Formats: sequence, C-alpha cells, structure tokens
Amino acid sequence: MLMGLLNYWIVVVLMMSGLYIVIAHGNLIKKLVGLTIFQTSVFIFYISMAKIEGGSAPILADDITVYSNPLPHVLILTAIVVGIATTALGLSLVVRIKEAYGCIEEEEIQQQDNDQQAESKAEEVA
Amino acid sequence: MIAHLPILQVIIPLMAAPICLMLKRTQLVWLFSLLTSGLAFAVSVLLLQQVMTSGLISYELGGWQAPWGIEYRIDKLNAFLLLIISGISTIVLFAAQTSIEKEIPKDKHIYFYVLYLLSLTGMLGIVATGDAFNVFVFLEISSLSAYALIAMGKNKQALWASYQYLIMGTIGATFILIGIGLMYQMTGTLNMYDLSQRLPEVAQSRTVFAAFAFVIVGVCLKLALFPLHLWLPNAYAYAPSIVTAFFAATATKVAIYLLIRFTFSVFGLSFSFTTIPLQTLFMALGLIGIFVASFAAIFQSNIKHLFAYSSIAQIGYMIVGFSISSVTGLTATLLHLFNHALMKSAIFLALAAVVFRVGNVQLNSLRGLGRQMPLTMAAIVLGGLSLIGVPLTVGFVSKWYLLIALVEQGWWPVAGLILLGSMLAVAYVWRIVEVAYFKEPVGPPIKEAPMSFLVPIWALVIANIYFGIDTRISVQVAEAAAQSLFGVSL
Repeated sequence: MLMGLLNYWIVVVLMMSGLYIVIAHGNLIKKLVGLTIFQTSVFIFYISMAKIEGGSAPILADDITVYSNPLPHVLILTAIVVGIATTALGLSLVVRIKEAYGCIEEEEIQQQDNDQQAESKAEEVA
Repeated sequence: MIAHLPILQVIIPLMAAPICLMLKRTQLVWLFSLLTSGLAFAVSVLLLQQVMTSGLISYELGGWQAPWGIEYRIDKLNAFLLLIISGISTIVLFAAQTSIEKEIPKDKHIYFYVLYLLSLTGMLGIVATGDAFNVFVFLEISSLSAYALIAMGKNKQALWASYQYLIMGTIGATFILIGIGLMYQMTGTLNMYDLSQRLPEVAQSRTVFAAFAFVIVGVCLKLALFPLHLWLPNAYAYAPSIVTAFFAATATKVAIYLLIRFTFSVFGLSFSFTTIPLQTLFMALGLIGIFVASFAAIFQSNIKHLFAYSSIAQIGYMIVGFSISSVTGLTATLLHLFNHALMKSAIFLALAAVVFRVGNVQLNSLRGLGRQMPLTMAAIVLGGLSLIGVPLTVGFVSKWYLLIALVEQGWWPVAGLILLGSMLAVAYVWRIVEVAYFKEPVGPPIKEAPMSFLVPIWALVIANIYFGIDTRISVQVAEAAAQSLFGVSL
C-alpha cells in the first residue's frame, strides 16, 4: 500500500512543503522557490498517474501490448512551460522590487508602504 | 468563414499581438489593437446571434473529433460572456492611447498593447473552449499578461501588488490544474461535455470530491471571493488606469463563468448542490463578502481602492444569486455580470480621466472637481447610482431579479440583508459626491477631460441607463442562458 502509492506520497509531501514555504517565508525569492516546488509536485502527479509499470511508449509494434498513457505527459509539458514563464516573471518582478524598495523582505516592503500611506494621510490633514 | 467563428474569436487577438511588435509606431499600434478588438467584438455579436437562433455551436479544432480533439463549444452562456468581454475591451481601448501617455513610459507603449491583446485572448479562450485543460492554458495566458500589465503602474506599489497577485493567481491556477488532473484520472477525458457524462458514475469516490474541492477553491481565488480577495484591492488600485477599467469589468467575470461552468455543467447540479453543501457555504461567504468589503470601501481614501472593494462586494451579490441555484437566481447573477461590467468600466474609465487631469485619485484631490470636470464626475455619480441599484439604472434590474429569486425561495432575511448592503453602497458613493460637489476646489484650475475619454465614458454611462430601461435584450439572453444550464447540461 505504502510502496505502491509512493509517488503520490511524494507528491503530497512536496505539495504541502511548497505551499508552506510560500505562506511562511517572508523572503520573496524563497516564496518563489516554494511556488516552484508546489508546481513541480503537480508535474510529478500527472506523470505518475499515466505511467503503467512495464508500459511502453505509444509505438505500434507487434511485441508491445502494454502502453503508458502519453496524454498527461504531453499535457504536463505545457504546464512546465507555463511554470517556467511564471517563475521568470516572478523573478524579474523581484528584481524590480529590489530596485524600487531596496529590499526583498515582505515585512520591510509592507512597512515602507504603510509609512508612505501614513505620510500622505498626514499631508491631507495638514 | 461563418463556420470558423468560434476559433476566430480567440485567434484574431492572439495573432494580432505579435504583429503589434512589428508595427513600431504607437499610434498605429493603438489603431491596430482597436481594430482587432472591434473585430473580436463583431465575431462575438455574430456568434450570439447564431446561438440564439439555432442553438449550440460545436467546433472541432483542426478537424479532430471530440472528445479526443479539443472542442470549442459555444452555447448561450459563453456567447453572452464573449460579448461582454470583447465589447468592454473595445470601448476601453478607445481611451487607452491618451491615458497611457501619462502613466506608462513611451518606450513601453507597444508592449502595453501586446499584453493587452494577449490578456484579451486568454479571457476569450477560457470562455470559448470546451476542454478542461485548455481552460488552464488560457487562464495562464491571461494571468501572466495581467501580472505584467499591473506591474506597469507608475508607483512602486504596483510591483508589489503584481507580485502578490502572481503568487495568489499561480496557486489558484495550480489548484485548478490539480482538480483537472484528478478528474482525468477518474474519467480519462478532458472534454467538458464528456466529463459531465462520465463523472456521475464515479461521483461518490473520494477522488472526485477532491477534484471538486481543488477546482472550486482555485476558481474562487481567481474570482476574489471573500476571504480569498486579498490580492484584488492593490492590484486594481496601482495598475495603470486603463488596465483597471478593463480588468474590473472582465477578469473576475471570467472566473465566475468558470465557477458556473464547472458546478452546473461539468459536475452537474445534483452533485454540486446536493452532495456538497455548496449552497450554504456560498450564501454565507457571499453575504459576508458584501458587508466586509462594503464597510472597507467606506473607509478608503484612495478612490480606486474604494471601488476595488466595491467590486468585491458586487462579486458577493453574484455569488448569492449563484448559491440560490434556481433559474431566477442564476439569471440575476448573469445579469449582474453584464451590468456590473458596464458600471465598473464606466467608473474606472472616468477615474482614468481624473488621473489624466489631476494626477491621482486621492479623495482630497477631488475637492470641487464636480464643477471643474462636470462630465467626468457626473459619469462617476451615475455609475455610483447604478452600483447602489437606483431605478432606471442597470444596477436596479439585477438587484430586482436577485430579490425576486430570494423571495421565491422564501428567504426574506437574506433579501433584507441585500437591501442593507445596498445602503452601504450609498455611504461610499456619497463620500465622493460630498467631496466633489460640496467642497471648494483647491490648487490650480483643472480642465474637463479630453474627448477621447468622454466619448467612451459616456457611451458606457448611456448603456448603463439604456439597459436599465429597456431590459429586453439583456434579460432575454441571461434568462435563456440560465434556462439552458438548468435544462440539458452543456
């Protein structure tokens, strides 16, 4: 039972640790790392679900009788590309945030935003 | 040509996006984008006509037969949504060139249009397709371009808002992807119609329950249902004004479409509302959303923030209508989709005009603006009246249907709460009226917005009033769409 579903256990562990990192860490790069781990777990999930033990690639030949389902593998290629695009966009945003705020820690950024809001409010009152 | 309309709807903006890069001159790119969006709108009008007269259109991509190939399936619901998205996109684009001149650096103008068209492609694709995995792909096309568009805002907060949206949006999209994977595991199909046929057989398995949960939570993240709305206010407030006008009217609507499509068509009514207590859950979240977001709106000093919170509250109304799960309730939701798109695009375009002249949309900067920019401020007020639901505006029509739907079920307390929620809208709209009309202007005199703003703004405001009086078209389409969802699935 445990070994037979090993892939799925790995998927669950990766998925949860990925999500946990996204939520728990304040560093923007670490958040993106967590997000990537989270997405990777889904890739493994799709790949494991289509794989049959001893199954072959979809090639028509007389001596092959067991096939793995190629469709989820192809689907997940698309999702991997999407994942790369997301990570790239996220990282370039972090670069711009670093330029604008001078830091990449969530708390500091929020602090700066709050300060600015307080300042503009004070101006309005004056 | 006519037979290929479903794919043309999506492929026209997709192909136009890279062509923009080759045109090089901003004015030319703007005209080209406008033309593209206009073409997409024309296609959606033709599609809606065709669907209303002869029923469902099924288009097999590349001639591969469904359920093996990707199928584009246009019924009344899709056609209605396609019309809203492409229509709003076209009207908003009219004002785009003037607005971005002051908000986005010159060398990025062309990229703005490229991203805008890609985002449009994504939204149209999500709605047009009948394939579950295709939904995910288009969702990511529209989201990735949305993150980049929001990051173009001129304040540094735009970057932070975009980053937060990216994290939340990606988690949402990945949840949907997991849900689709689980469904595929159980049924071996990705075609939505095929899924709706095969899912009932395995409906009692834990995998399908998990799939349902993942899809619904993912979609709710995208539609900013309370309490998953945290990304929305900053994203709307700091994005370039044109982007806000476009997204406020369309992006969350597309997510609501997905929610309706997955619950009503794919999983089926009996599974979504009988096996799973979705009704109570969504009714509660919708109502809490209305009150929390409306209260938050009252205390905002940035008008864009104010209307962003109001958007979350309006989503609450749509969710309440949805959770009634009756034909009238769903009609109310679909009507409100259409009407809210009209109001919010009018209001946010008017705010874009204010940003153009004044430079910001802080409440204090609006002092006395009612006299200096009378036409623009009148548009905001009329849009606000529509948000409240005053008779003769579109807002009244959808609230009316929502109340009828609630009374039909005998849910008087909820109907009362809805009316109470509208009172909160009075409070936040009044704050703007008070500042704009009853305070003395400060600082240098400000001119009325240029025609490139006034024409699209007032086109939308007039539509707000027209569809509030002559409800034949919108109600007929919404009702037909709702009935078809309750009749035969898909």
